[in-house]
Amino acid sequence: MKPRLVLWGLAIALLVALPPLATALEQTYYIDLVRRMLILSIAAISLNLILGYGGLVSFGHAAYLGVGAYSVGIMAFYGVSSGWLQWPLAVGASALVALAIGAVSIRTSGIYFIMITLAFTQMLYYLGISLAEFGGDDGMRLKAKSQFSGLINLGDPVAFYYLALALMLFSVFLVYRIVNSRFGMVLRAAKSNDARTRAIGFSPYFYRLAAFVLAGAMCGLAGALYANHTNYITPGLMSWQQSGDLMFMVILGGMASTAGPVIGTFALLLIEEALKGWTEYWQVVLGPLLVLSVIFFKRGLAGMFYKPDA
Amino acid sequence: MTWGLVFEQLLNGLQYGVMLFLMAAGLTLVLGIMNMVNLAHGSLYMVGAYLAVALTGWTGNYFAGVALALLGTLLIGMAVEVVALRALYHRDHLDQVLATFGLILFFNELVSMIWGRGAQYASLPGWLQGHIDLFTGSRYPVYRVAILVVGLSTALILWYVVTRTRLGMLVRAGASNRTMVGALGVNIRLLYTVVFGVGAALAGLAGLMAGPIYAVQPGMGELILIQVFVVIVIGGIGSVRGALVGAIIVGVVDTLGRAFLKPLLASVISPPAAEAAGPALASMLIYLLMAVVLAVRPSGLFSSR
Repeated sequence: MKPRLVLWGLAIALLVALPPLATALEQTYYIDLVRRMLILSIAAISLNLILGYGGLVSFGHAAYLGVGAYSVGIMAFYGVSSGWLQWPLAVGASALVALAIGAVSIRTSGIYFIMITLAFTQMLYYLGISLAEFGGDDGMRLKAKSQFSGLINLGDPVAFYYLALALMLFSVFLVYRIVNSRFGMVLRAAKSNDARTRAIGFSPYFYRLAAFVLAGAMCGLAGALYANHTNYITPGLMSWQQSGDLMFMVILGGMASTAGPVIGTFALLLIEEALKGWTEYWQVVLGPLLVLSVIFFKRGLAGMFYKPDA
Repeated sequence: MTWGLVFEQLLNGLQYGVMLFLMAAGLTLVLGIMNMVNLAHGSLYMVGAYLAVALTGWTGNYFAGVALALLGTLLIGMAVEVVALRALYHRDHLDQVLATFGLILFFNELVSMIWGRGAQYASLPGWLQGHIDLFTGSRYPVYRVAILVVGLSTALILWYVVTRTRLGMLVRAGASNRTMVGALGVNIRLLYTVVFGVGAALAGLAGLMAGPIYAVQPGMGELILIQVFVVIVIGGIGSVRGALVGAIIVGVVDTLGRAFLKPLLASVISPPAAEAAGPALASMLIYLLMAVVLAVRPSGLFSSR
């Protein structure tokens, strides 16, 4: 068996064993913490699809986290609490927003792409702030967690944890399959050499746009999960700091690698958690750590285990 | 809505525009010459504002405080360039964005460690606190006029330096082909540090002038930074003239939008709907403007390349 698969098996076994262990040790806080990591991992995995494999440096990926969360929150606000309706809508709305943003942004490249994706997300952020009916600047409480006709109860922290774990693993698998499909090959080819990809007869624009929409949809699912996780939805979900955090998770873990975004998310949130316990001014330590990791840690944490896929 | 009010808001827009320009000038040169995305430029704006408050209090003299704050921001900017940013010039934009994002976290937290998380009060000397009479009959703060004058004269000085001096020639040459400038025997590294330091001082100048009008608090730099990026993208990367035009456009559009969009909308759609849509649309206006400019001219109005 490949060592890579052994590592995956070990990691999954650990994640599966965590809730019973935490319950036995009466440390249920860790179920919540790791669930948050799992949910944000899905967002990071989706960003890795376009950033790592597609070379699209989107500085506005938090937009879809927000759109997904607000979709769930607004439907719950109007009394629709069925998850069967809420979650597909969250995914669909995020995909639509990604289609609109992507269609304009992907025409540009380099620094302009970074700035235009940032600008669109800022627009959504200000839209969120001005939605006075839905809490405006302060955000709103989620009226009720999504209901799945009794099939799974999100109010049960352990059940919700396993759902998040399953969806996270599914996202890893999905992106892995996409990247290694014909579609993914074109996407990666366009990243490494745009002109040659055109020369052999592919139009990178539509491949990039499709990947952008897919990533937006996946991140929308993460947003729906996150709304149920925190029970609270604020425009801060769409802030540019959140977008920056997502990018960092991908880079810290290792761009264009299957496990990178997951490792990066866990690492960043664990470091945050440790620093928060140590000092109120934890960002004064985190900031330079991030600078150093960019300068010296080019291939990310996943690079220590194996070579990047690309 | 009277024309007097429109004129007053137009002045406010121009005043905001020149402050955006002071930020944008340094940033666009750094971006144009060094091909470096520096998100931490907003932190230097914040540092300028804090230093001015602290040093004015310490020396008891407004001018001494301002001069020392400018010098301080210049030195801090050069130190940041030498310590952290130099390692990033040859990296791609992604790495630069992330590393300077880390610097923002650092500076914001450092400032709150030293001065606390609350807003600081920036005082003004008495002669800047009055009002002048406009021909429209309303009164306008002297301080905002002073910002306008300082900003426009700085723009004039910058224009002279960039177009009429040897240093400016090197800066322009660096923006169009830095390898060639290096090959001609110019110490491009020193040039980078000097340009970065001057850009930092200009950001500090914008910050210390903004202090008495807006709040001096941690994170104040990011609000303006994103708008400055809009300015640069609209004006064209690397072009000081583009930065000036872009800054004035963004400043005026943003200010007028916030002041008049709601009443204008109310005359078209129902007032409650305008009440809800007005502020949202006003804060999105400049981003819409940027999307339109990029769609029509993908490299900005005055691209240097």
